[in-house]
Formats: sequence, C-alpha cells, structure tokens
Amino acid sequence: MAAAQVVRSEWTKIRSVASTVWTLSLAVVVTVALGILISLLSRHEFDNLSRTERLSFDPTFVSFAGMSLGQLAMIVFGVLVVSNEYSTGMIRTSLAAVPQRGTFLFSKLAVATALAFGVGLATSFVTFFLGQAMLGEHRAAIGDPGVLRAVIGGGLYMTLIAVFSMGIAAILRGPLLSLGILMPFFFLISNILGNVGATEKVGRYLPDQAGSSIMRVVTPVDDDTPYGPWGGLGIMALWVLAALLGGFLSLKKRDA
Amino acid sequence: MIELEGLTKRYGEKVAVNNLSFAVRPGMVTGFLGPNGAGKSTTMRMILGLDRPTAGDVRIDGTHYDRLKDPLTYIGALLDAKAVHGGRSAFNHLLCLAQSNGIPRARVHEVLDTVGLTPVARKKAKGFSLGMGQRLGIAGALLGDPRILMFDEPVNGLDPEGIHWIRTLMKSLAAQGRTVFVSSHLMSEMALTADHLVVIGQGRLLADTSMADFIQRNSRTYVRVRTPQPEQLSDVLAAAGITVLRTGDGAFEVDGGKAEHIGELAARHQVVLHELSPQQASLEEAFMRLTAESVEYHAHSGAGDVPAARAWGEGWKGEG
Repeated sequence: MAAAQVVRSEWTKIRSVASTVWTLSLAVVVTVALGILISLLSRHEFDNLSRTERLSFDPTFVSFAGMSLGQLAMIVFGVLVVSNEYSTGMIRTSLAAVPQRGTFLFSKLAVATALAFGVGLATSFVTFFLGQAMLGEHRAAIGDPGVLRAVIGGGLYMTLIAVFSMGIAAILRGPLLSLGILMPFFFLISNILGNVGATEKVGRYLPDQAGSSIMRVVTPVDDDTPYGPWGGLGIMALWVLAALLGGFLSLKKRDA
Repeated sequence: MIELEGLTKRYGEKVAVNNLSFAVRPGMVTGFLGPNGAGKSTTMRMILGLDRPTAGDVRIDGTHYDRLKDPLTYIGALLDAKAVHGGRSAFNHLLCLAQSNGIPRARVHEVLDTVGLTPVARKKAKGFSLGMGQRLGIAGALLGDPRILMFDEPVNGLDPEGIHWIRTLMKSLAAQGRTVFVSSHLMSEMALTADHLVVIGQGRLLADTSMADFIQRNSRTYVRVRTPQPEQLSDVLAAAGITVLRTGDGAFEVDGGKAEHIGELAARHQVVLHELSPQQASLEEAFMRLTAESVEYHAHSGAGDVPAARAWGEGWKGEG
C-alpha cells in the first residue's frame, strides 16, 4: 500500500464534505474579526493603562486575541475530520480499503494538518496586519524583533490545536463526546486554571496556555514563566504527540 | 478463495463466533445462512480484518487481509450500505476508495454505470433510498474488479426489482468464475441464489454442504391423501405395510410413499380419493429445525460434534 495513494484518497475525502469548508471559514472569520475588534478597543484604552501595563503592552499578541474563539472552530474541524468516519460508519469501508491502520490514520492526519496549517498561517498573517492597522501609533511592524516568529507561530498554534483535537477524537471516536470534552476545556477550564493564582503554576503547562506563548513578543513585566516562546510551543507539541499516540493505539487495538 | 481456520470471537463471556472452519470456493455462490445474531456479520468483519479474532485464522487467497496490496482488487465487500459519509457524493465516495487502492478514475464511472447510479453520481449519499444506498455499496465492492465478493444481507429492505437485480448480479459474478459469499437469514432467498451453503447457529458451524445435498437431506417428502372413507384407506394401506399419519384436517400424510402406488392401491380396493399429492416440506422448515438444534446443543453443553457435512466440500480441494 503506497502511502501516496492513501494521502490522495484522504484529500478527496476532506475536500468533498461541507464541514471542512464551514469549520475552516469560521476559524478565519472569527479570529480575524475578533482580532480587529479587540485591537481597535485596545487603541482607545491605551491612554487609560497604568505605566506597567503600558510596558507590558504587546501589540502583536493583542491582534491575535481572536484566536481564543477562533481556535474553537479549529477544534471542531479537527474533531470532525476524524470522528466523521465513526459517526457515519465510513470507518469500516475505509479500513477495508486501507487495512494498515497506521498508514490510514497518519495519511488522514497529514492531509488535515497541512490544510489546517495553510489556513492557520494565512489567518495569522491577515489578523496581524489588520490588527496592527487598527492599533494606529501603538502598532508593531513585521520587521520588529520577534514579530515574524510570533506571526508564523500563530499559524503553528492553530495547527497544533487542530491536530490535538484529531488525536483526542481518534481516542474517543464519537464527535459529541470529543467536542463535549475539548470545547469546555479550551474555552473555560484551561483559562480558569491558568489565571487563578493557586493553579497558575500547573495551568501554564496546559497545551493552549503553553503554546500561545509563541505569539508573544513583549514579555510581561513581572513574568516568571519558566519557558520561552519556543519552549512553550514545544510543551504544546508534546501534548499533541501524546494525543496522537493515544489515538493511534486506540485505532490499532480496537475493533472497528 | 476465503479460508477460515478455527475462527473464534469472544466478547467477554459471550462467544459470538465459535471455532469456525470452512472454505468459500470460486465459481459459485456460497450462501452464509444463520438466524439473526448467529455471528454472520462478525465473521465477515473478521474476514476483512475489521474485528480481530480471539483465536483462529482467516486467509484471502492464502494471505492475511492486512498483507494484501490494494485489497479492494482482491476482495470487494458490502457489509453495511449505510457505511458512507452522507455529505459526500456517490462519485466522490467511490473516488476516494479507488484512489486509496490505485484504481483508475475511469473505473468509478464504470461501476456507477453497472449499478445504475450514473444519473445521481453527483448527489449526496444521504438523499439516497435504501435501494440506492445498497447499489452504491455494491459499486464499491465491484470497484477493484476483485476475484472475491462478499455481501452481507444484500437484499434486506429492497423492492422486488432490486432483489431480482442482486440475484442476477451474484449469479453472473459466480458464472465468471469469481468467489461469491453472501449472507442471509432467509433460507428461501438462499435456495434461489446459492449453489453451496454454509449454515451457522450461535456462532457454530452447522452445515457446509451443496444446496442440492441440503435440500435432499433436509426436506421431508410425503404424499398427502384425502378421502371420504378414512377407515377403509388406513386398513388398505396398513395391509400393504404402509404407515400413515393422520393430520388434524382429516387428511393422511404418507411418509416417503409414492403417489402412484397409493393411488393404485386405492383404486384396487375401490376407495374414493379427493386428493393425492406429493409434498415437500419447505426448506425454511428444515433450516429452522437445523438451527433450533444448535440452541439445544448449546444448552446441553458438552454434546458432541455438530453435524457438519464436511465431506462434500473435500471434492473441491485443489481447485481454489
């Protein structure tokens, strides 16, 4: 079984269902629109900020504020790519055609990851430039130190969120269960754990908390985070690897 | 050829498939018969490598399913017509299957034509009727032009025209020398299509025999006789050494008797007959009797061998 055949087949699958288009479009629109809105609000709020707050002001990171919501659409994309196979019963047809389950899963993930990265990277650049335009005199330039890394990192962050969701969906199989766990986790629980003093030290090792540090250019004044931007993304990547390993083992061991 | 060797599947305490060994041979339709829940679908899923056997082995042309290169070109299967993403068009559904096995795109158009779905090829599968879904599943099975075809309850829920179409298709595939393995829980359906029969009950092999043999062995033949002079007739038959069975409606059933012989006896003794007809018990009855036994065997665990007629199949060895 040539993996190239399976990759082509998975590309046909992903481009021929409506959910791919609407989840990815939603991710772009929500991230960009919310980024513009928050950038605009921040520009007007800037004069009311305290001195330390101004020193910590990170125009690049501000323009990515829409990702907190846009990533939810990326999660839906990642979950549906995998769990659609189970909820429709297509998985039995798919595995009869490609009985090498590792080849099947990783071809599917490769196609979906490439697509998520393309869309994520484009979203990241668009939201950066539009966000900076809204920030007026407080804006950052793409040539400033660390900014290009943060913008490319934004695309990587969205990609990793989607891949993490694919791994979880491969473990849990059902779309409702997967979304029911991932959505509240990333929208609420992770934020609470990361911002409450008692759990902050643990919370910052959660995938989204750690990974989002790649999008920071200005380090907050009293910051004691023990990892840098790439370290944070690395922590997130470890979470993703663990989810993928779990998904692979689940597919490999269980009956379809 | 499909070969099963001691194939067993356990779900916890429950044994779904129990030590199945048989071979499905080319050039004919092999019916896979058993009541609902007998383990037919589980067996078929294990043949395709979807479910892992607890014990035993199954091989396709001597090879494990997951070692086949481009498996759709060896064996095509219709397990569940609904195993399709409803949001995908029929064409794209078949295209992604074709691509994964290196089958050219032109073949997708061919099989759509064969099953008569070309007019709706660009329509989403979720709008398909049960019959159209079944045809799409069959198109997927035919896609790789495989030498082996496997269908799980293909006529379920189809209209008479669709049923006729599938029967004709299966027979023509077998006539081309392909291996055709089809499951059903209806004996009457199998009697019309299958040349060979594998019967299971409670996951066990109950019979592996030719259809003709099965009919001959399992269908009771008798002569039904009705007469206004029942006492005289039973005396006449008793005198000739023929035992009769009186049925509730005043008729006689003569086991294994020849209608001509009974008619001549009656005429010689001037007994009036209102009915004299040779009868054959339905295959459905024979099948029910056979599978009912499997329940008994199961209940008295430890009862010896299951009555399998393995000998017939031996004649085919070497041809696969």
